[in-house]
Amino acid sequence: MAAYKGHRMNPDKFEKSQIKLYLFVVPLVLITGLPIVFIFFHAFKPMEELFAFPPKFITTNPTLDNFRKLFKASRSAGIPLSKYVFNSLLITVSVVFSSLAMSTAAAYALSKLKFKGRDAMFMINQLALMFVAVAVMIPRYLIVEKLGLIDTYWAMILPLIPLPVALFLLKQFVDQVPDSLIEAAYMDGASDFHVYIKIILPLIKPAIATAAILVFQQVWTNLEASNYYINDDSLKSLAFYMNTLTSTTTTNTVAGQGISAAASLIMFVPNLVLFCILQKHVMNTMAHSGIK
Amino acid sequence: MSKRSKVARKSQFNKNGYFFCAPYMILFATFILAPVIIAVILSFTNFNTIQFPSFVGLLNYINLITSDDVFMKYVLPNTVKYALIVGVGGYVLSFLLAWALANMTKVPRTIFALVLYSPSMTTGVAMTVLWKIMFTGDQTGYINSWLMDIGVINEPIIWLVNANYLLPIVILIGLWSSMGVGFLSILAGLLNVDESLYEAAAIDGVKNRFQEMIYITIPSMKPQMLFAAVMTIVGAFQNGTISSLLAGNPTPGYAAQLIVNHIEDYGFIRYEMGYAAAVSVVLLLIVQVFSTISKKLFGDD
Repeated sequence: MAAYKGHRMNPDKFEKSQIKLYLFVVPLVLITGLPIVFIFFHAFKPMEELFAFPPKFITTNPTLDNFRKLFKASRSAGIPLSKYVFNSLLITVSVVFSSLAMSTAAAYALSKLKFKGRDAMFMINQLALMFVAVAVMIPRYLIVEKLGLIDTYWAMILPLIPLPVALFLLKQFVDQVPDSLIEAAYMDGASDFHVYIKIILPLIKPAIATAAILVFQQVWTNLEASNYYINDDSLKSLAFYMNTLTSTTTTNTVAGQGISAAASLIMFVPNLVLFCILQKHVMNTMAHSGIK
Repeated sequence: MSKRSKVARKSQFNKNGYFFCAPYMILFATFILAPVIIAVILSFTNFNTIQFPSFVGLLNYINLITSDDVFMKYVLPNTVKYALIVGVGGYVLSFLLAWALANMTKVPRTIFALVLYSPSMTTGVAMTVLWKIMFTGDQTGYINSWLMDIGVINEPIIWLVNANYLLPIVILIGLWSSMGVGFLSILAGLLNVDESLYEAAAIDGVKNRFQEMIYITIPSMKPQMLFAAVMTIVGAFQNGTISSLLAGNPTPGYAAQLIVNHIEDYGFIRYEMGYAAAVSVVLLLIVQVFSTISKKLFGDD
């Protein structure tokens, strides 16, 4: 019998030995995916199918009725849907870009530069990772208020920029960039800033992509800012508006279920699309990048 | 690992570090650290959000241990059960799934990973609607209708009010959405393990994939394993809010009352912020215990 040769992760082609992996994974994938598929079907169900008994999983006559009702509801509320969309886009883009710039810079410093208090900073960030957000809502509000940010876009942007998870993740990845690369750059006369831009950033692309997804999800679905920091309805986010649709009496009626499902879908799809784009990038860079 | 490494020219002290950290750290201190500190301080006070908080020492903690029956009888056991199944169980499941996916070809792996991760994109508002529709308590509910079709039950079950089913449902939803960031991190780590290590290990006498997993794979991706452990456990606790979204707060008979719901209950329903803060600190400590165990398992030293 041939000796065991060791196998490779990420195989190039399908082999029989992978069948048992599929037997384990596929059922779990189906169970996980069905509820998501259900939301898609439900959002496109016409009234009579929402009321159908016994309830049907699959939509036979898809319709945009639920989405139409959703848009109508926003028109009757006084503030056009486009305003909420604009607010959410502005906030999301600002937060994602500032957050990535600041966290990658901090991750680089915490991992590769020596200075007093570095380890303390990282420890504190790590502790914050474990704090459950519900508990800090009130103190957070007090601070936002003291800074005079209430009813400004700043209140929706600044508090969301520091994401301990993102920094933690980025720092873990920067740790794996070999010091020899950086030393070589120093030998060539590169500055710290140069090292950050030319060496660190390209090598941690996978982590940046992952951090981008995390920050995006955090901002896109954030309700805290709209609920607590903003009184002016015209400054609130799309997530807030969608939540008013799903949380009020509508969910209790069968007709409301369709609208809620449509709203859920609108909030979910951008996440899905972004993840599809970046996940490909994550997987590719992960498998072939030089981080060892 | 990084503690002992040195970057030649600037191995001693590099003040540029402060400039790189400053933007993040200032915002972090303002919006995360300061609120956390204020929460800890509040836990030693009696604070009803209107009057200025008054110092009560350890009273909140003493009350929590000695006279909060709901906490001791329902919240703590529920939380332990939930954390073990969703936190620890979800973590093991994440690893096994990621490992299986890493041994597949790229296309199915990408699709499966996407599906498994998708519940984590939908946390918050979106999915409550889904579960409410699924678990509707009469025969028009999907779960009821299916179970009646295949003859498991004869009458519809009022899922979200029935104390027997509530915690299992919340645990199920928790597991469903536990393939989150941790899962992705493990998958990425698995795909990044240096292939030459496997060849070397085979020469050194590693005989099968299981030994490979234990002796090569896991030790060489400790950072991801540790990160995933922390994220899974924190995620599990944070997803606990789904209980009150599904069944109200307090949940019927406190059946699915988890520690986060207890915090909400005291913080936002009774406005006893001091007491709520004390419960939060206890939660922080529980998470800390889990993460210390993870660090023992996967830490550098």
